[in-house]
Amino acid sequence: MTNSEPKIVAFCCHYCAFAAADLAGVLRLKYPPNVHIIRLPCTGKLDTLYILKAFEAGADGVIVAGCLEGGCHFISGNLRAKKRVLAVKGLLARIGIAPERLEFFNLSSAQGDRFAQIAREMTERIKSLSSSVLTPLPEGKG
Amino acid sequence: MIVADQKPIEEILQMLEPYRKVLFLGCQTCVAVCMAGGEKEVGLLAAAVRLARKHQGRPIEIVEGAVKRQCDDEFNEPWAKTIEQQEAVLSLACGVGVNKLSERFDVPILPALNTKFFGEVERQGVWAEVCAGCGNCILHLTGGICPIARCAKNLLNGPCGGVRADGTCEVAQNGSRPCAWVMIYERLGKLNQRQNLENIFGAKDWSSDRHGGPRKRIREDMLLEG
Ligand code: SF4
Ligand code: SF4
Ligand code: FES
Repeated sequence: MTNSEPKIVAFCCHYCAFAAADLAGVLRLKYPPNVHIIRLPCTGKLDTLYILKAFEAGADGVIVAGCLEGGCHFISGNLRAKKRVLAVKGLLARIGIAPERLEFFNLSSAQGDRFAQIAREMTERIKSLSSSVLTPLPEGKG
Repeated sequence: MIVADQKPIEEILQMLEPYRKVLFLGCQTCVAVCMAGGEKEVGLLAAAVRLARKHQGRPIEIVEGAVKRQCDDEFNEPWAKTIEQQEAVLSLACGVGVNKLSERFDVPILPALNTKFFGEVERQGVWAEVCAGCGNCILHLTGGICPIARCAKNLLNGPCGGVRADGTCEVAQNGSRPCAWVMIYERLGKLNQRQNLENIFGAKDWSSDRHGGPRKRIREDMLLEG
C-alpha cells in the first residue's frame, strides 16, 4: 500500500457484505487492497464507538455494509445501523471531519461485484477530499 | 430517574478549549440509563473530542472513567488522585454530580450535560417528565397521574379551557400530548374513584417545592455524629 492510498475500514455483516467480499475474491475481482474488513455478526452489532475508534486509529474512511433492506437476518439490525451511521455522520461534520468519509451500504451475499465497486467508490471519494482526516488545521482555526 | 441531555459538542469543545489534560468522568446511574453520561457516552465523547482536537492541531490527553454514583463522595474517592492530577474534569453526571465534585476538589469541574427533569422511560430512546418533586405528593387523589408535572399549567383543578376536543393539551411542546386532566379523569373512571373530582383542591402550599429555596432532607436517626 502506498502512502497516497487512503485507509478504509469496512464493517461488514457476516451474512452479506462479508460473504460478498469473499465472493469478490473468488471471482478475482479487483478492488483496492487498502480496505480492511472487520466482520460483524450483523450490522446491528455496530456500536457508534467502533466508527470513531476506526477514525482515531487512522482510518481515512469507514464503510458499514449490511444486508439489503428487508433482508437482515435479525430483522432490523441493518435499519438500526443505518440510523447510527447517520447520527455519527452528523457528529463528524460538527467536529470538522467530512461526513462523506463514512457511508452505509446495503448489498447481498451474491453481489461480489457490488462490493468491489463500493470499495473503489469509497477509495475514489476519499482521495477526492482535500486532506487526510487528521491533517491539523492551522492553529486557531476549526 | 434524572434525565439529562448531552450538551452540543461545540459547547463542550469550547469549555475544554484551555485544557490539555482532562478526566472525562461519567456516572453509571440515571444518566447512564438515559444514554447521556454513562461509560459508553464517556467513550464516545472522548473519541469525538480527541478527533476534533487532533484536527485542530491541539491534541488533548483524556482519561476516561465512570463511577457508580457521582452524587456520593464515597464512590468518587477512588478517583481522587486521578482528579487532582488533571487540569480539569468534564463530568458526564447530572448537575448534582458536578456540584458534588466541585465541593470536594480544587480542579474546575465542567458539565457535559444539561440536566432536565425526573422522568420515566416511555420507550427506548424516549424519556418523559412525570413528577416535578413538589415535596407534597397528591398522586393518591389523582389516580397516580401527576397534574403538577404533566399539566403544562400545574393545575390542581383541571382541565383548563384550552383542552382540545381530541383530549390533547393546548400547550404543545415537543408535539402533541394528552391533557393530564383528561388522563386523570379516565384513570379515575377505571378505578371507580371519579368522586375524587368533587373535592376541589385548595391553593397548594408550595413551600415544600423549590419555591422555599434549596431543600435538604435530614434523617436524625441515621446521622453518625452526635
Ligand atoms: S404531586 Fe408532587 S411529588 Fe407527587 S408526582 Fe406530582 S410533583 Fe411529584
Ligand atoms: S389542556 Fe390539560 S394539560 Fe394542558 S394546560 Fe390545560 S389542563 Fe393542563
Ligand atoms: S444480518 Fe446482515 S445486516 Fe443484519
